[in-house]
Amino acid sequence: MALSNKRLSIIKVVFSLSFFAFLLAVYFFASGQPVVSAPVLGALDYPATHGVNRRLAVWMAAQMHLWFAAFVLAVPILVLILEFIGVIKKDKRYDRVACEFLRVSITAFSLTAITGALLLLSLIVFYPQLMKYLASIFGPTALFYALFFLFESATLYAYYYGWGRMSEGSLKWVHLLIGLGLNTAGTGLMFVANAWVTFMMTPAGVDVSGVFNGNLWEAVNNHLWSPMNLHRFIANIAYGGSIVGAYAAYRYLSAANEKERAHYDWMGYTSSLIAIGALLPLPFAGYWLTAEIYSYSQQMGITLMGGVFAWLFIVQAVLIGALFLAANYYLWCGFGRGSYGERYLGYVKYIAFVIAICFLVWFTPHTLILTPTEARALGGQYHPYLGPLGLMPAKNTAVNIMLLFTFLSFLLYRRSHRTPTVAWAAYGKAAQAGLFTAAVINITFLGVYYGYFTNTLYKVASSVPQVATTLFVIVACLVIEAFMHRGAERTEFRWGRMPGRSQYALLLIAVSFTWLMGLMGFVRSAIRQHWHVYGVMRDASAEAFTPSIAYAAKVVSIGTIIFMSIIVFIFWLSSAGREASDE
Amino acid sequence: MRLLKFILINLFFFGLLKAPGLFLGKPIPASIVSMYMFFIVITVLLVMTITDKGAKGLFAPIAALVEDPSKALIRNIVFVIVPVVAAFVVYMQSNDAFAPPVELRSAHPAPPAMVKAYGKTFDLATLENPYRRLAKEGPVAFSALVREGGEVYFKNCVFCHGPKLDGRGHYANALDPLPMPFSGNDTIAQLQESYVFWRVVKGGPGLPREGGPSISSMPSWEASLTEEEVWKVILFIYDYTGNTPRSWK
Repeated sequence: MALSNKRLSIIKVVFSLSFFAFLLAVYFFASGQPVVSAPVLGALDYPATHGVNRRLAVWMAAQMHLWFAAFVLAVPILVLILEFIGVIKKDKRYDRVACEFLRVSITAFSLTAITGALLLLSLIVFYPQLMKYLASIFGPTALFYALFFLFESATLYAYYYGWGRMSEGSLKWVHLLIGLGLNTAGTGLMFVANAWVTFMMTPAGVDVSGVFNGNLWEAVNNHLWSPMNLHRFIANIAYGGSIVGAYAAYRYLSAANEKERAHYDWMGYTSSLIAIGALLPLPFAGYWLTAEIYSYSQQMGITLMGGVFAWLFIVQAVLIGALFLAANYYLWCGFGRGSYGERYLGYVKYIAFVIAICFLVWFTPHTLILTPTEARALGGQYHPYLGPLGLMPAKNTAVNIMLLFTFLSFLLYRRSHRTPTVAWAAYGKAAQAGLFTAAVINITFLGVYYGYFTNTLYKVASSVPQVATTLFVIVACLVIEAFMHRGAERTEFRWGRMPGRSQYALLLIAVSFTWLMGLMGFVRSAIRQHWHVYGVMRDASAEAFTPSIAYAAKVVSIGTIIFMSIIVFIFWLSSAGREASDE
Repeated sequence: MRLLKFILINLFFFGLLKAPGLFLGKPIPASIVSMYMFFIVITVLLVMTITDKGAKGLFAPIAALVEDPSKALIRNIVFVIVPVVAAFVVYMQSNDAFAPPVELRSAHPAPPAMVKAYGKTFDLATLENPYRRLAKEGPVAFSALVREGGEVYFKNCVFCHGPKLDGRGHYANALDPLPMPFSGNDTIAQLQESYVFWRVVKGGPGLPREGGPSISSMPSWEASLTEEEVWKVILFIYDYTGNTPRSWK
């Protein structure tokens, strides 16, 4: 009986996904007639909405769809990685947790389709001319979108229900292959949708009046497509990890016995590790995306980070600060899992100090909010001492050092249950310390010298060696660590011994991620200002103004609350379903 | 003891943030101090609660104050003092309401995509200084243009932006906000020349709302300087300050 219920639900998922894909394909094909140029719109081109705020409606539908989509695209990636690790390590725990991850995301699949359909519907109803124009260019891509969707639905079904049947021998590899197919389809879907969105920001393949030159690939592969693909791909992994981490925390806090607590502790650790692992390269992908926005249009670039939205970037920095601090706190609390953790507790205050300083630098604004008295005392909008910290070189330097110290927390955490026994252990540790010191000096030198004493071209370019330094040190230290701990004296991690407050750190990471995605998603979209398609098709609707920062923050915050409430409901559903099947 | 330590550490950092204002006359704005302190308090709190022992030690005095029957008197005193202090803070803040509101003015707001001036329309995304290429192709001619730009500067801009281009001209102190300095690396070094062209030609009145057009004293130079003079003076301010215009090439 339970199985048929499950089948019924998965059929519903497949149906809703396919329905959405079908709707989209039909719409795009039906309206995908060639147009002469981008239409010049007037107020009458937007249907009357009778009390409905069209921008708000589309905004909320898009935001909900993106949150769910990020989650359901990310979870299969995590699941595939974990399943693969489980096969290689021959450890059934990974398999079990991977399957549980997938089950958590199943309900979210249908919600992704429902919110996607809502978004499509609201766009067609409220912005018909824009959709018509986009369809005239991107019509053929809808076919790929629909195919990817159908393939994703089919592989999801096979992947989830094949888990038990394809758990041994060569069938397990077939199962992994299906998982790979599922992820390929999901990622392909995202790439297609990204082409439409990035075209609206940095149109290519059209002339100044919006006439399409017939080269679809040029329109797809516009200025921002690749950086956006990379940024979203990495961000989705981090986001998926954080949501599953929140699920583990929820289950940990409500665990009925030690065994369950140990299981969810391990699950929380594994998923947060993936989330933080994906978070490490994310600032660099974000930097590439932003640099491309600047290089396409200084107006968009300055609006983004120096103009009206600059303060949302400060909010972003504060949230990322909270996120990294929460992640570090979780690792520090985790020292208690290992037998030797206590010996590293003394280092925490120094690591925390460096991370805090880095974050203070990161969210120091260039343009300050001043009272008239302060403005008079300072004699301008920029602070003589804090001013340089408001520029990107300072922020790049801070974020790289902060990433290094977060990695240091992880390194110490890993050592909390093992002691190296190789004769050269002292030299190994000295080499690691040397690498860290050299990296901090190099990153600071690159940031200060190239950031402040050369021209802007070198300033932007210097961020690349900074990133390379960080990544090199992380990899080099991991290699040394691995060799140094061969045959190390080790004890088992004592899972389930984390304090309850550490689990709130996991919940905070998920909420921060959600909030961040909403705020930054708004900023990315809003820098188009009064354009549907930047510089090509003007928005003539009554809502074509840029809302205030406070209004945007309120909308995103309310969206975050709604989304997180639904997520908690999904967690509850998932645990209720599991209890029912256990019975 | 741990609670006291917690308070003292935070007070130390608070004092550190207040020091530039007290001793150097350059206060860190209250908005920044509150942001910094929020983060500092949270960080100190997290560091002190990593272990159960630490968390217990930190909160023990508060727990004892609330739960210990022998501390009824001091509890009642604290329960009176806390709301009174809160009320006082609220009163003081509402008292401040008579002061002018805080300003969130963007000194370098986003430029428009197109600018109409000198009977033409300029696309700021593609606009370049027509003389810039001479820096490589004809250094002698370029130096002459810079010199001409300097003459334009000292006849028109020096009074506000100063002989050292540091924003401290004769009239500077009469203006609020002060004129922008061109020296240093956080003003013109961050901008493309097309942006500077727009700011010179359209001045304060041409600023968008976020830039506070009514606040800026910068005149619109469109009627006083020719297009060529504007480009030359831009060459000069970059050359004199040793800055290079933002560029993607």
